[in-house]
This record gives sequence, structure tokens and C-alpha cells, in this order.
Amino acid sequence: MSQADPSGLGRARAVGFVLPGLVLIGIFLIFPALWTIYLGLTDYRLTGLAAANPQVVGLDNYTTALGDDRFRNSLWLTVQYVLGSAVVGQAALGFAIAWMLRNRPGPVKRVTEGLVLLAWILPSSVVAFLWIALLDRDEGTLNALLHTPGFAWLLDYPMSSIIVFNIWRGTAFSMMLYGAALENVPPSHLETARLAGASTFQQLRDVVFPRIKGHVLTNLLLISLWTFNDFTSFQLTAGGPEGRSEILPVYIYNVALSGGQLGFGAAISFLVLLINLVFAFIYLRLLRGRRKVVVP
Amino acid sequence: MISLSGLTKEFPGGVRAIDSLDLEIRDGEFFALLGPSGCGKTTLLRTIAGLETPTSGNVGIGGTDVTGLPPGRRDVAMVFQDYALFPHMDVTTNIAYPLRIKKVSRARREAKAAETASRLSLSELLARRPAQLSGGQQQRVALARAIASRPQVFLFDEPLSNLDARLRLEARTFLKRLQRELAVTTVFVTHDQGEALALADRIAVMNAGRITQVGTPSEVFHRPADPFVAGFIGSTPMNLLPASAEGGELHVAGAVLPLPRDIPDGPLVYGLRPEYADLSQSAPVGRRDAFSGKVAVVENLGTAHLVTLESGDLLIQVVVPEGDEPAVGASAWAAPRPGRALLYRDDRLLTGA
Repeated sequence: MSQADPSGLGRARAVGFVLPGLVLIGIFLIFPALWTIYLGLTDYRLTGLAAANPQVVGLDNYTTALGDDRFRNSLWLTVQYVLGSAVVGQAALGFAIAWMLRNRPGPVKRVTEGLVLLAWILPSSVVAFLWIALLDRDEGTLNALLHTPGFAWLLDYPMSSIIVFNIWRGTAFSMMLYGAALENVPPSHLETARLAGASTFQQLRDVVFPRIKGHVLTNLLLISLWTFNDFTSFQLTAGGPEGRSEILPVYIYNVALSGGQLGFGAAISFLVLLINLVFAFIYLRLLRGRRKVVVP
Repeated sequence: MISLSGLTKEFPGGVRAIDSLDLEIRDGEFFALLGPSGCGKTTLLRTIAGLETPTSGNVGIGGTDVTGLPPGRRDVAMVFQDYALFPHMDVTTNIAYPLRIKKVSRARREAKAAETASRLSLSELLARRPAQLSGGQQQRVALARAIASRPQVFLFDEPLSNLDARLRLEARTFLKRLQRELAVTTVFVTHDQGEALALADRIAVMNAGRITQVGTPSEVFHRPADPFVAGFIGSTPMNLLPASAEGGELHVAGAVLPLPRDIPDGPLVYGLRPEYADLSQSAPVGRRDAFSGKVAVVENLGTAHLVTLESGDLLIQVVVPEGDEPAVGASAWAAPRPGRALLYRDDRLLTGA
């Protein structure tokens, strides 16, 4: 047994074990991705002449998209959606809940965590229905509570509605991640800061965040990507009214499947993929920079 | 000065970690809280620091009642068992941290940190991170951080327990000298009776949330107030044997000893440190004041041996000087030195015998 082959399997058999997985990844992940790139260069449509005989149109789809107000508006809404519901909403709220619960006695902590978690594990269609029931114009619970009959939340505040909806739905993940991260902060470190007279803000800045920086980065990356690609809000507003909550995944759906412009939709999908890659790249850079500092 | 009155700490679930406790710690004193684990000593220290809120009772520091004050406003500094150095800060920043919170200017706090560090021979290490320091160096950095802010009171939680045995002795001497020089009231928690005897000006021995005895190391060692303290203090545990007083004589484990006059007849507990008995391997002639038994175990203590005698179903331990150790299984007689034994009745010290 050599060091490169600790299991003594031999190259051929090792490849044999890995192959089924690789084939599945190839068929269902790599091929569609490449196919999307190809489609993005064509005028392929769901129906009509171009469906039977698509023409390669080069970068036309991309130039059209970048010059299109609807696309740019959608991108801007997505940025708002990610910043508002993921970075500020889920991450900040999740951390705040985790921080407040960290020393609470068992039942309080368990009940709160259970409720927050419930929002996360319910199927998205169920959650969407619950929120429609809450925000509905005529029979909605919120209007009943606020005594504002007939107020159309989803029409008048579509972006705010889906942002609050996504915060409500996704906070559990950040809460649990930060809850676990906070267990890594030794109590004696916080107590040393308290004995020195540090305020809560100073304790967070000097003791907690330097400890959980890696967790924060991981959390932000994951929830940013998830939120960027999130399609659940479609069930609430379908991107409307008049595209005022049409974030990119909804935009792609509307263009490619409802509008039938598969080639154009594929081009935009590829742009979304590139944006996701940029996120991941920035995160990896930050993480590597951090390692360099910690291990001199 | 630290004064505690009627201090009680009850944890949820009804555990009383501290039970209506009164204590005065004088200015400049090096004071030990000593006891087995779970006796409430750490809770007491944390209550003085303000990290625990007492269920009832008061804590006073330097003449002011600080019971309601948060830890940061009590003017105390604490060194934790794990030193609690911030891993992302270098030594200077760690030492200067309390000063930074107190809004001392950067130049002044760095000067202060350097000065404190040189006093603790840390000058070479100022730019290092805690992970690059040995255990002893980390401990000194933690001490320096406590000293640099010039508090009224130092609180040490098991300050030496994370060091290896040899380093611990060095650190002990160092700590005692440092405390003398600074003359700051210092309370430390330990479960190691040797550490408490060596370091402290006075010791409070705690058991089950209460203080059983407060005294100088010599008082606690020579006149332990009850059998618990007697058994807890001393590097080899004291022999505590059932005894009885009958007609002016003391009957213990088959031996008959003289009894101090003022003790009425009845059952007693007879306490004798293993160091205060002499072992002989020949039967004493015409004397009944020695315990006889068979040598069951001989333990090497380096310069002496600890011999365990089996006398009936009682075990009696005696420390024997080098070279005089008996063979296992031999018969031997242990004669207590006069005036060294202690007599307890109903868990209270009556007198020496």
C-alpha cells in the first residue's frame, strides 16, 4: 500500500466507484449548464419557427439583456431582495435571536428555536399559502388585526412583502448557525470583557466577532446565494404587479417559460450564474485572507 | 476590604451554591477560598466579581455596597483558569484591553502595557499572539492584564491549575512575591490545600456552600475546626479514628492514651496527622499508648514513606523517614507524639490530646 493509495484499491477500481456519481453529475449538472450556455447564444423559442430550427445569434441575447430596462430593473430588485432579506434580515435577525437566547433557560430557548425552525421546514407552497392568507386584501389576517379592510399589501408593497416573507422563512438557518458559533466563544472571554467594563457592543466587536468571523462569512455566502436564486416569492406575487417584485429567477421564468424566449432566458441564467460565481469568489478570497492572518 | 454578609446564591433547581455566608477580607490580604469541587468557592468568587447575582445578601468592596453594580463598575480584575486571552490580539493589545475600554489614549495604554510587561518579564513577547506563548507565559500575560488596570481587588480562579507541576511551584513563589509588592487585596480559589497553605495570608475552608473555618495557614493546619477540615488539609490525610473517653482515659484503636481533664466521658473522634506518629517494629514493653497493626501498604514519598497499618478493621497511616520503612506484612507499632492529636465531638474541635 503506497501513501497515495491508502485503501489499497488500485486506480481502476477506485475509478469504478467514483464513476456512477461522476456520470450522474455530468448528465444532470454539467451537460445542462453547457447546454444553457449554448442556448444563450441562439434564438431558441418554446414554440414557432425558431423552436424547430434555432439560429445561432452570437452575443445578441446578452447585449439585448444588458440594454433592457426590465432586466436592469429586475437586477436592482434582486440586489434589494438579497441585501434586505438575507444580509440585513436573516443574518442580523438570526444573530440577534441566537445572541439573546444563548443564556436563556431550556424551555424558553427550545420553544423559540422550535417556532423559528418551523418556518424553515414547512414546504414553501404551504408557507406561501399562509402568507397569502395573512396578506389577503379581503379576508387577510393582517387587515383584520390592523383594522385596515381592503388594504392590498401584495399590490401596494410587493417588494417589502416578499422581503419580510423571506426573512420570516429563512431566519432559522442563520439563527442555528450563529447559535452553534456562539458556543465556540469561551464564557471567560466575555466575562473578561465585562469585568473590564465593556458594553454589549464592545463585547461583540472585541470578543465575539473575531471568533465567529468564519461562520459569518459562510453564513453570508450561503444565504446570499440562496436568496439570489430564490423562486419562492413567485408564489406570492408572481413578480407583479407590473414587474415591481420581479427578481431575477422570476424574471427568467417569466421570459423563458411564460414568454417562450428560451434562448434569451438561457442567456440571463448564464449571467446569474456568473454573478453567483463572483459571490463565491469574493467569499473564498475573504476566507483565505483570514486564514493568513490567523496562522502567521 | 471585601465584606460579605448573609450572602446566598441559589441556582435554578434549588441548588444552594452559597448558603448565608459572612466573611471579611482585609486590605492587602492574600486570601484563599479552599474546598473540594462543588463546594461553592468559584461561585463565591464570581459573586464578588459580579458575574453571578446573589439571591440574597450583600457584597461590599472598599466600603461601598456593590451588590447591584455590574462587574465593570466594581474595580476588580479577574484571572480565569483558562487565562481568557483574546487569540486575535497580540500581547500588548491583550494587556492594554481594559485600559482601551476605559478610553485611555493609545500611547498611554501601550506605555502602561510595556511597563507592566517588563515587570513580569514579558518584554520580549509583546508582539506575539497568545497561541505562540507557553502556558506559563500566557498566565503572566493574564496577570499583566489584571495588573495594568490597577484595580482595588484581584480575583484568581485556580490560577495555577493549568500549569505543569514544576512550573506550578515556580509560579507560586512568583505570585506570592508579586502580591506582596503590589499589596492589592487578592482572593483566589483553589482545591489544592498545599497551594492555599503556601500562598495565602488567610484561608477560608468551604464545604457545601458554607465556610467551615477561616484562619491563617498555621491555624487551619494545626487546629482544624472540624473533622472535614482536618481531613482536607495536609498533604497526607489526617487519621480520623473513632475513640471514647472512659474514666479519664482515652481508648482509640486498642491503645489507651491520657485524656485532657475537662473532657466528659463519651464517644469522640481522634485525629492524628501521619507525620505526628513514630513507628517502631518492636513491641513496646509495659506501655499501652501505641497502635499496633500489620503493615498493609508502603508508599514512597521521596524523602519519606507513607505506611498504612491495618489495626483490626481500622487503617492508620504513619509517615516514616527514609531508611526506616518496614516490610509489608510485618507487625509494627505507631506511637502518637504527645500534644499533637486533636479530639472532636459532634464535629467540633474540643482540644488537643
